Formats: sequence, structure tokens, C-alpha cells
Amino acid sequence: MVYPIIEIQNLNFSYNSHPVLRDVDLTVNQGDFVAMIGPNGGGKTTLLKVMLGLLNADSGAVRVFNKPPQDVSHRIGYVPQDVNINKNFPISALDVVLMGKLRPGRGWSRHSSRDRLAAVDALDQVAMKKFRDHRIGELSGGQKQRVFVARALVTDPELLLLDEPTASIDAKGQHEFYSLLKELNKTITIIVVSHDIMAIAGSIKSVICVNRRLHYHGQAELTGEMIEMMYDCTADETCPVELIAHGLPHRVLHKHE
Amino acid sequence: MFEALQFEFMRNALLAGLLASIICGIMGTLVVVNRIVFLSGGIAHAAFGGIGLAFFCGWHYMVGTIGFSIAAALIMASITLKARHRADTIIGVIWAVGMATGIILLDLTPGYNVDLMSYLFGSILTVPDSDLWMMLGIAIGILAIVVYFYHDYLALSYDEEFAQIRGVRVRPLYFLMIAMLAVGIVMIIQVVGLILVIALLTIPPYIAEKYSKSLIKMMVLSSLLSAMFTVIGLWLSYALNLTSGASIILVAGLGFLASFGLDYALPNWSARPGK
Repeated sequence: MVYPIIEIQNLNFSYNSHPVLRDVDLTVNQGDFVAMIGPNGGGKTTLLKVMLGLLNADSGAVRVFNKPPQDVSHRIGYVPQDVNINKNFPISALDVVLMGKLRPGRGWSRHSSRDRLAAVDALDQVAMKKFRDHRIGELSGGQKQRVFVARALVTDPELLLLDEPTASIDAKGQHEFYSLLKELNKTITIIVVSHDIMAIAGSIKSVICVNRRLHYHGQAELTGEMIEMMYDCTADETCPVELIAHGLPHRVLHKHE
Repeated sequence: MFEALQFEFMRNALLAGLLASIICGIMGTLVVVNRIVFLSGGIAHAAFGGIGLAFFCGWHYMVGTIGFSIAAALIMASITLKARHRADTIIGVIWAVGMATGIILLDLTPGYNVDLMSYLFGSILTVPDSDLWMMLGIAIGILAIVVYFYHDYLALSYDEEFAQIRGVRVRPLYFLMIAMLAVGIVMIIQVVGLILVIALLTIPPYIAEKYSKSLIKMMVLSSLLSAMFTVIGLWLSYALNLTSGASIILVAGLGFLASFGLDYALPNWSARPGK
């Protein structure tokens, strides 16, 4: 049975009276694997933060798991775009992952051995187990991103939001990473912001283009394996998405209105 | 050193220094990792407004100063949260206005003349027992709160947004941290002076950060370093007949330079990656 996990209606968001998102409608169903694309400054990160309840919309309705996002944010795994925050912070990779086991009001207590095992497992899943005792600042950008993915996984999320999770991972690593996501997608709904739609093409089920307004390309438009996808979201807010795919003639997705 | 300890004022000075080291080790670590050193400077200077207000109104010294500092600190903190890009300017304004207010209020208060130098560099050699007890109480209070909320403070210091998503009550805890900072600073100012507060809040945690793999280790190491600087500084000031607060700061400053030398000579020692 398919039911909606995220429902957004008529969302408007502006930052210092500069409009970032306008009239956004979006429904994401359980089990979906959505790629979010669009130009820089188009509002992708903002939209994720609205879904997480970190930002409040000016108007419109946002429901996640049929509740206000603030109430359910602990059920969402989040991998932020900027993993280079606090480079010199005295914290090990394992302790960063253990942050995912934080529960409100738990007070002072050591992490249980179960939490530790789960954290080590999550690091293992992203091939970072041997770096668990390294200070986070010693790791490369790509390694940090894997640690942040492990931190999101260890929360046992029902929905995973990833903001350009492979920006500093090489091509081979990206391939492995998206295989992992594909595997996770069997149980978890995933939304991933990505510039590099090629790497992700084999896994995704739908695409949304965000450029102040939002355009959704559903499953039906994306049959076949994509090997190349061009997009060009221009200022006049149209978003023609072209695909070249195996077994399909070169085709262009429907123009938005 | 040991013969110096037969004097009660030296024993009290040592105890005051050690208690200040504990408070500064804990709060300084939070200040450095949250990058609110400037905010701490603002609190320390604005506190002078509280001193002036307390004398002008005839209130008890501590009531006026702590109340005024907490108020100024929370105003600065809420502006920091609301308009980050303007925070440094606003803190600068409150910093200067608070201090000027204090001086004008003291001018207007007949008969009182607080020595500005003792406010800047403190009077660690004249700490009464009552202040020691108060410092002990505040040190225990801060220790208890930070230990209880350790995981929450770790998360909100490292990644505030993630902490919020995990359900950590980021705002109340942030304001609680700032309030603790204000109380700690005021308490230490009247003992060791505002310049020493800022030195102890920043130098030991900066050094400790390089050699620590966790926040709690950084707090412990900072406290130990502060204590070391304080003891050496006090001993030098006694042996060479120098101003105590300034001696402690210079020792801390030499420690700061030595840590750079150590980075250069033994780069593998520090846990911090190369720049």
C-alpha cells in the first residue's frame, strides 16, 4: 500500500523578504527515491530544512508522517551539505555517529553498548569502521561525508534526506554509495539533492526540479536506465529535462506547463 | 612557594585561582568550541555597568552585578541567534555602552570610588573566605549542569541543526549556557579581574583542544592548564614582587606561545590536522 510521507501544499518561504520558494506543492509517497535537482540558490536546501522543521514556512501546509515536521524530526535521517563545520572540534568519528543516538532528556549516562555497536555497524556500512577513533578533523571531505551518512543511518530513519552527500566523494565511491542507498531504499524513503544526476540515475524513481517553484517528474517519466540527464532550470522557471537512456530514444520530459 | 602558603591571603589566592581554573576550564571549553569569545568579552565588560548600577542604587554588589550581566548576556545571545551577521556589532555596542554606563553611574554616586584597575586585573591577594565559598558553590553548580547535559551540549556545540532534529532543546540550553557563563564571569571578575577571565577562558581551551579527542577531555585538560598557569603565575608574582593577575596572564601567554613551538617541533603530537 502506498501512502504519502510528505505532503506540502502552497508553501511559500522567503528569507529576509527575498522569496526562495513559491507555491510549492509536493507529495512524496512511502518507498519513493527522489532526486532533487536545480540551480544553486534555487531553494533545495531550504526545502529540506522546511521538511525537517528547522525553518518555518511563511504560508502553506507542511505535513510529514501526517504531523507537523517539528514533532517527527527524530524519525528523519539528515545528512547536511556542509560537513566541514567545526573542523577543529575535539570529537572522534564514532562520537559524531553516536550523536544520532541522542534522545531528548536522557541526561547524563554513558552510551549503552548496544548504541556503540549500532554506531560501529553504521560506520562499517559506509566503509569507515577503521577510522572510528580518528578525530573528525583528520578525515578528508569524502570520509567526513560518509561519517555523516553513518550518523543519519544510526537513527533508524523512516525517511532519509541527503543534501549533496557525494560532493566530495570520487566516482567509484559515489557508485558504491548509491548502491548502498538503493539497498536502503527497500525500507526507507529517500530524498537526495544531487548535482550529478548521472551517478544516481540507476537508483532513483522520480525527480523534482526546484527553482523557486517546484516541478515533479514521476515514476512513469523515468522508466529505463538513465545514463545521462541534462537539465537547465532557467530564470523563466521552465525546466526542460532531457534524457538519453538505454533502450529509449533521446527524449525530453514534458515541459512544465 | 611553600613558605608563602603560611600566609592566609596566599592560601586564599591559590584556592581562588584553582576554583577559577575549574570554572574557566569548563566554560572556556564551551566558549571556544561555540566561538563565543567575543560574546564573553562583551559580558565581562558590560558587567561593569552592573557594578555601577549596584553602587548607585545602593543594592548589594553581587545582586546588581549578576542581574545586570545575565540580562546583558541574554540580550546579546538572543541577538546572536536572530541576526548572526550583525551579532559582533551589537555585542560591541553593548560592551562599550555597559562599561560607560557603569563609569557614569559611579561618577554620580557620592562617596564611592571603585578602582578601575582592580576591576581590570582583580585583587586575587585580597579574596575573603565568603567569596571562596561562593566560587565553590558556582563551580559545583556549573559542573553539575554541564555533566548532566553533556551529550546535549556536545551535540549543540558541534552541530546545532542536527541536535535540534534529534529533539535537543537547543534554545533553552543555549541560554542556560550563556547564563552560566555570565554568573561564572562575574564571580571570577571580582576575584581575578576581567582581563584574567578572558585569558583563562581562551588560552587553556585553545591549547587543550589540540590534544583532546573529546569535549570532556578538553574541559579537564583546560582546567589543569589553567591551574598550572595560575600556580606558576602566583608563585612568580610572590617571588619577584609583581602584580599577580598580570603575572598569571603572562605565564598563560607564554604557554600559548610554547604550544605553537611544540606544534612546530613535534607536529605529530597534536591531534589537530595540519592547516
